[in-house]
Amino acid sequence: MANNLFDGTREQMNKLLDCIEQHKSDPGALMPVMHEAQNIYGYLPSEVQTVIADKLNVPLAEVYGVATFYSQFSLQPKGKHQISVCLGTACYVKGSDKILEVLEKELKIKCGECTPDGKFSIDSCRCVGACGLAPVMIIDGEVYGKLTSGEVNGILEKYMKD
Amino acid sequence: MVNLKINGIPVSVPEGSTILQAAKVANVRIPTLCYLKDVQCVGSCRLCLVEATGARGLVTACTYPVSEGMEVRTNTPAIRKSRKTTVELILSTHKKKCLSCVRSMNCELQKLALEYNAEEDRFGTDHDLKPIDDLSPSVVRDNSKCVMCTRCVAACTQQTIGAIGPQNRGYAKTIGSPYGVSLAHTPCVNCGQCVVACPVGALYEKSNVADVWGAIVDPTKKVVFFTAPSVRATLGEAFGLPVGTNVEGKMVAAIKQLGDIKCFNMDITADLTIMEEATELMQRLSSGGTLPMFTSCCPGWVKFAEHYYPEFLPNISTCKSPQEMFSAVLKTYYCEKNGIDPKDLFVVSVIPCTAKKFEVTRDELGHYTDAAITTRELAKMIKEAGIDFVNIPDGEFDTPFEEASGAGAIFGATGGVMEAALRTAAAKLGGSGAPIEFKEVRGTAGVKEAEYKVGSTVLKVAVASGLNNARKVLEDIRSGKKNYAFVEIMACPGGCINGGGQPYVHDEIRNSIDLKAVRAQALYDYDREKKLRTSHENPAVDTLYKEYFEKPSSHKAHELLHTTYTKREKY
Repeated sequence: MANNLFDGTREQMNKLLDCIEQHKSDPGALMPVMHEAQNIYGYLPSEVQTVIADKLNVPLAEVYGVATFYSQFSLQPKGKHQISVCLGTACYVKGSDKILEVLEKELKIKCGECTPDGKFSIDSCRCVGACGLAPVMIIDGEVYGKLTSGEVNGILEKYMKD
Repeated sequence: MVNLKINGIPVSVPEGSTILQAAKVANVRIPTLCYLKDVQCVGSCRLCLVEATGARGLVTACTYPVSEGMEVRTNTPAIRKSRKTTVELILSTHKKKCLSCVRSMNCELQKLALEYNAEEDRFGTDHDLKPIDDLSPSVVRDNSKCVMCTRCVAACTQQTIGAIGPQNRGYAKTIGSPYGVSLAHTPCVNCGQCVVACPVGALYEKSNVADVWGAIVDPTKKVVFFTAPSVRATLGEAFGLPVGTNVEGKMVAAIKQLGDIKCFNMDITADLTIMEEATELMQRLSSGGTLPMFTSCCPGWVKFAEHYYPEFLPNISTCKSPQEMFSAVLKTYYCEKNGIDPKDLFVVSVIPCTAKKFEVTRDELGHYTDAAITTRELAKMIKEAGIDFVNIPDGEFDTPFEEASGAGAIFGATGGVMEAALRTAAAKLGGSGAPIEFKEVRGTAGVKEAEYKVGSTVLKVAVASGLNNARKVLEDIRSGKKNYAFVEIMACPGGCINGGGQPYVHDEIRNSIDLKAVRAQALYDYDREKKLRTSHENPAVDTLYKEYFEKPSSHKAHELLHTTYTKREKY
């Protein structure tokens, strides 16, 4: 079912099971457990969703429905370097869609995906509150503003080294 | 009581009622799409919008509670315009292949479009066709026709299966199984409650009509039909007859007009089931076997147990379902007796059920049934053949499988199998003057319990219909809270009369009558008028044992009339 092989550790699973145990009897336990699972694994692989469904006694379809509804949850693993391109109104009119296009072409993945070597993942977001710097992209928390398409490759190269 | 006015009509309704419920009392019709009584009430489709004093803007009648002195308007120009636009927006993403749709003329969206003068293409047709999932032997999903009412999801959730759910968001939203896998690869039990909940043609049974027509025109094939107990009580609905009309005679006559067909009465193998099952129960009781024993007639329940409660598989009676017993009898005894090569006999069962379509694909049952068609599919064939169903003179079942007991007929309603078994047990152990009617196990309550003294034994029994209720009973047994000797379980709420293969009933009717009770009444009336009311007195069953199976639970009976179960995965 999943696109990537699941390689979770025993330690991660124990953490998840602890979290489930802690929330089990709460009404609406699903969301907090899914948040924690996303924190533990960086994404929500199908194997993890199945464990959550089984232990919380909710249908897998419900877990999957929640996971695909909120953009905060991801079904794909995140890269070592997480790129986020702002597609909010100000950035968009300043051409952030072109920035995203260059990134997708350069890394050969689509928005929401992760490169096969696990180095980069691309996501989009809506307004980071830096409209004065539009168009904006963020890599690992560092903001790059007033971008042009031509600058993207140079920035990526910095991260490719490590 | 709360007093209010709906379109100027004063009504008085209990506190906590919704505007929709109050409108029913005032005989004012408010259109609905996502609302379905006993299944879903979420107010998401926005078709039931009305004006109410004290409310800001239009409110959803299905969820908005009434209050004292409230004045409700259901039919102003603003409301009509809103409803029209809502329908038009739904149509903009709907695959409008209405002429060749299974629900044409019986579609709730089509009806609303007509009533509100919706323009089919006001907002264009902006959608990509989505793939049709037809891998399941029971249920087909065509998401290009889905209107996102989520009635199917609510029905599946109520059954405690949750094989489907909404996924993604906005335009990308669809209803389906996780990761878009086919329903065939999920723990779906094929009950088909999603199908009867669907207002449009997004869900329907996997049709076997073409196979049946093929066999009818094939000169090398002899075609035999048999009809399940509840079909007589529901088939008429597909031809505009009132809910609860028993159309057995017309049904048989119509089937025989489809071609050179012999039509048999499946109630006979319901009687046969009782003989085998009662014997099994007595053996379990006397030899310390696994108890409680569960009934095994319902293929939805059987698959449910295989996925979700495999620990209880030894508790399920090893008896095949009446459908599979009948097919086995036809392909062996009947063929031998009439010198027919079993491969030339084409066995068609007419059932109220989509799960039975899955059942015929089970290897352990021997593939004796060639095609299982639902009540809806039979209705379609009758219409296609141009038969005037309403006016056709009654026909009679063919020998040697024509006469059955009333006990066999009530198999179609929840509690019926239990009552049939109790009748035989009471007569066998209690002698003459034993009771015939066991009213405690009748009715549409989800769980029914009773205690009967049969001979010198006290039998504690339970009856559950709807898998949510089955789960309650199973959990109580598991925890030791409850203890029974014999438990009947039917997957569909109300039993087969409310099966996933029964005629579509518009939400308007479904919301205003107790469909399950009215349909079941037709079977109980039929039973009451029968002279033969106990399974063990059925002469056809007697002949079967004399000429073929020797006695219940014999070696041959075990070979042909019993089966095994397998644990299945939950994910």
